Amino acid sequence: MKLTLFKNKLLFLIPIGLFLATWEIAGCIANTQLFPPFSKVIVEFGVLLTNGILLKSLGASFIRVVIGYILGCLMGLLVGIIMGVNKVIEYSLRPIISILFPIPTLGWLPLLMLWIGINETLPITLIFICAFFPVAYNTLTGIKEVKAEYIKAARTLGASYWYILWHVIMPIASPNIFTGLRLEAGMVWKTVIAAEMFAIPNGIGSLLMNAESLIRVDVIMVCLVLLSFMSSTFEHIFLWIENKVSGDWR
Amino acid sequence: MISLKNITTSHCLNDVTLDIQDGEFIVVLGFTGAGKSTLLNVIAGLTEYKGNVLFNQKDVNLIPTEKRNVGYLFQEVYLFPHLNTFENIAFGLRARGYCNDLINDKVKEVLSLLHISHLSKRYPKNLSGGEKQRIGLARSIIMEPKILLLDEPLSSLDAATSKSIRKELKELQKRLNLTILYVTHNLVEARKLADRIVVLVNGQIRQLGTVQDIFSKQIEDTQDYSFVNLSNKVYDLDYKLFNKNI
Repeated sequence: MKLTLFKNKLLFLIPIGLFLATWEIAGCIANTQLFPPFSKVIVEFGVLLTNGILLKSLGASFIRVVIGYILGCLMGLLVGIIMGVNKVIEYSLRPIISILFPIPTLGWLPLLMLWIGINETLPITLIFICAFFPVAYNTLTGIKEVKAEYIKAARTLGASYWYILWHVIMPIASPNIFTGLRLEAGMVWKTVIAAEMFAIPNGIGSLLMNAESLIRVDVIMVCLVLLSFMSSTFEHIFLWIENKVSGDWR
Repeated sequence: MISLKNITTSHCLNDVTLDIQDGEFIVVLGFTGAGKSTLLNVIAGLTEYKGNVLFNQKDVNLIPTEKRNVGYLFQEVYLFPHLNTFENIAFGLRARGYCNDLINDKVKEVLSLLHISHLSKRYPKNLSGGEKQRIGLARSIIMEPKILLLDEPLSSLDAATSKSIRKELKELQKRLNLTILYVTHNLVEARKLADRIVVLVNGQIRQLGTVQDIFSKQIEDTQDYSFVNLSNKVYDLDYKLFNKNI
């Protein structure tokens, strides 16, 4: 039984193997710089890793993502909580958030380039915006979905306002909050790449643009695979935390 | 003693006055919308009202719910989904800052009293309706409340579980000398549990007395639409139809 389960879990390796094999064969047959085989991409990955270009670019993007994401999440959580527990603030801020939330993050780029200029603050601000709205919205939704009876029950048990907020409302709202955090953890990587491609001279996005101008498809592919890996890893980290926090009771 | 003096609320209750003695089990009967749950909410301080609520002659009108020390078990128990049984029961003690050793001792004692020690690590999603009610009860009585307010706690349970919990509740009330206000529209529960019965009709107390007073009294007045009279008529009608069909 356990062996069968193990085999089933490994099934995903078959399509991946087939995909990579097809890529390799097609790349060899095509024999062009525009479609390098898988093995050439791996070799290029090794080269970029050894000469430090990849780590330098990844490090620059990573720092921007972490700073922008943490600031955006913290502010989103704060605004979401305040709106969730205070009706006056909720009704005051909801129209503004409803107007700004649907604007695609990259839609802010031209405006921010004029306001902030092309410097480190630009991608961080974009990532902040990318994380802020969904996290604020999901936090607000999560808090609003907590049934009033849980709060009443907690009050009759002698719990204060703050105790109820931290020990009843936030834990019950946490699955919704984590959904926002997790989805945006992946999305911020897409945003930082876009910002770097347009405006910033270093980072993975910038490396991609340089590779495009030099017609280095192998480097572009390395960057794309790395981007996919980072985005997915960030999402999975939050999925893991989410399961640790609420997996037992959800 | 808990006293309600001329309690009026905006939608339901109309000049309700009631004294509840310590250790008394009062059942509140009435149709849907009669104001039964509102009466409990008034005592708990969960709704606005006019009039006075007194705990041992002390006016508690200005005291918020969290400081009134009432136990409240809702129709659906609303156990906190993120806490296991032990932590659900310990919630009130933790909220009031009790030390861990005392919490452990008290929770274990209550778990044992209600025969639910084996459930201590389970989360609400893995509990049956009857188990949830027992845990809800444990969570309420661990705080040693001045009054325990029970809002149709057995209405969603099957007959056998309901009977079993009813029996345990009565034993518990006698053993711990609990003061209980129990809302239901089930006449069997009222007969089995009550020391006194309050019949609420349209937000007013229509009848108040012992089980014997309420159920054995022959009500001659055909215009009497009180709950027990109407219910007796319904039961009588059911009985006649049943006999006729046979």
